[in-house]
Amino acid sequence: MTYEFHWNVVFQKMPELLNGAFVTLHVSVLAMLLGIVIAILLAIAKMNNSKPFCYVATAWVETARNTPALFQIYMAYFGLGAFGIHLSPYVAVLSALVFINAGYLTETFRGGFQSIPSTQYSASKSLGMNSIQVYRYIILPQMLRRIYHPMTNQFVWSILMSSLGILVGMSELSGTTQRLQSLSFRTLEFFIVAAVMYFIITKLVLISSSLLSRKLFRGEI
Amino acid sequence: MISIQNVHKSFGDLEVLKGVSLDVANGEVLSIIGGSGSGKSTLLYCINAIEAIHKGKIIVDDVDVHSKDTNKDKLRQKLGMVFQQWNSFPHLTVLENAALAPRIVKKMSKDEAIEIAKKELEHVGLGDKFDVYPTKMSGGQQQRLAIARALAMKPDYMLFDEVTSALDPELVGEVLDTLRLLADEGMTMICVTHEMGFARDVSDRVAYFHQGVIAEIGEAKQVITDPQNPLTQKFLSKVR
Repeated sequence: MTYEFHWNVVFQKMPELLNGAFVTLHVSVLAMLLGIVIAILLAIAKMNNSKPFCYVATAWVETARNTPALFQIYMAYFGLGAFGIHLSPYVAVLSALVFINAGYLTETFRGGFQSIPSTQYSASKSLGMNSIQVYRYIILPQMLRRIYHPMTNQFVWSILMSSLGILVGMSELSGTTQRLQSLSFRTLEFFIVAAVMYFIITKLVLISSSLLSRKLFRGEI
Repeated sequence: MISIQNVHKSFGDLEVLKGVSLDVANGEVLSIIGGSGSGKSTLLYCINAIEAIHKGKIIVDDVDVHSKDTNKDKLRQKLGMVFQQWNSFPHLTVLENAALAPRIVKKMSKDEAIEIAKKELEHVGLGDKFDVYPTKMSGGQQQRLAIARALAMKPDYMLFDEVTSALDPELVGEVLDTLRLLADEGMTMICVTHEMGFARDVSDRVAYFHQGVIAEIGEAKQVITDPQNPLTQKFLSKVR
């Protein structure tokens, strides 16, 4: 017996799927932005000589990078729930993604910063620039282009990982797909369409990122 | 005038300058020679306050370089420096490399800064490279860019730290020619160098550094061709 595809059911539910896709994009963008802000602070803390800051940052980075995303989401939703802190599925997934993004991006930023030779600093200073000017015109522009593509990867990772929201009943793309297929029993159709939508979202992100990089970064490193 | 008075400088327990005194008059070209670790490059870094000193004084035009009250960023505007590793800014074009500091440090208008940058780049023979990125150029061209970039700030003094040491042999000439040109134009220069021919022909005086002190200093031709100190004799016999 062969499987008969019934795509109509799926297409009728397209508005709901698109809504789910929007939530997916929404949570990933927010997780990325907050992750970047925290990662900048953690990277500074890690490169700082003051021990307590450095320890906190190191503990954060190591936990985020060496435990499964699934575990982070469970901790945020069920773990905190056990202590009476009840986060909505959206906030639980967002906090877990922010936590992990911040951990990974800290190392990206630190590596990017340390990859700029210190001689760029002395050369700029010798021209009479003050420290702020050296960072603004010389160090940060070079650093940004080195961390740009790793950051794009992290963003794509966030989009795909947000699908774990399915586990805590979040109505992003995967959660919505899960709900709709269980009502219609068109499991295969719904998940194939959802996969195609993920593919399109991440492809669009990658293409726009690459177009933007051509605008931002001229020249070579 | 640059006046160096009994300067001491240590890195941790290692004392690299052990009481160096030296005056460089305006218009003079001084070459500093010596083995590695003799403190010659460190002295240059101390002159424009990229490195601190522990004892003594360095005076540039009546300004005490290492005094707490000295605005070091302002002071460095008159002390151009070129490094062994040319340190071009890889994210900027050749023209932007040379125009950046005049624009943001001296607050010139964009047009003014570009005009000065173009003039200095033509000066060092890079008039056809304005829109090229430095990484596309040879080491010699990048080093000449570094010279033009420093000159665009209209410095009164130029400090050269082994500017030909990292270059392929066939590229050394073009950079030395540029230095020669500056010397002929009357620029006050301190050149740390391993090019003995250059030191002899272009500089007015040569100082030989040995283990953090000046072992010998004198008229260029005399120090290079007829050194008096046995240490200088030994050094020169090895580098020739």
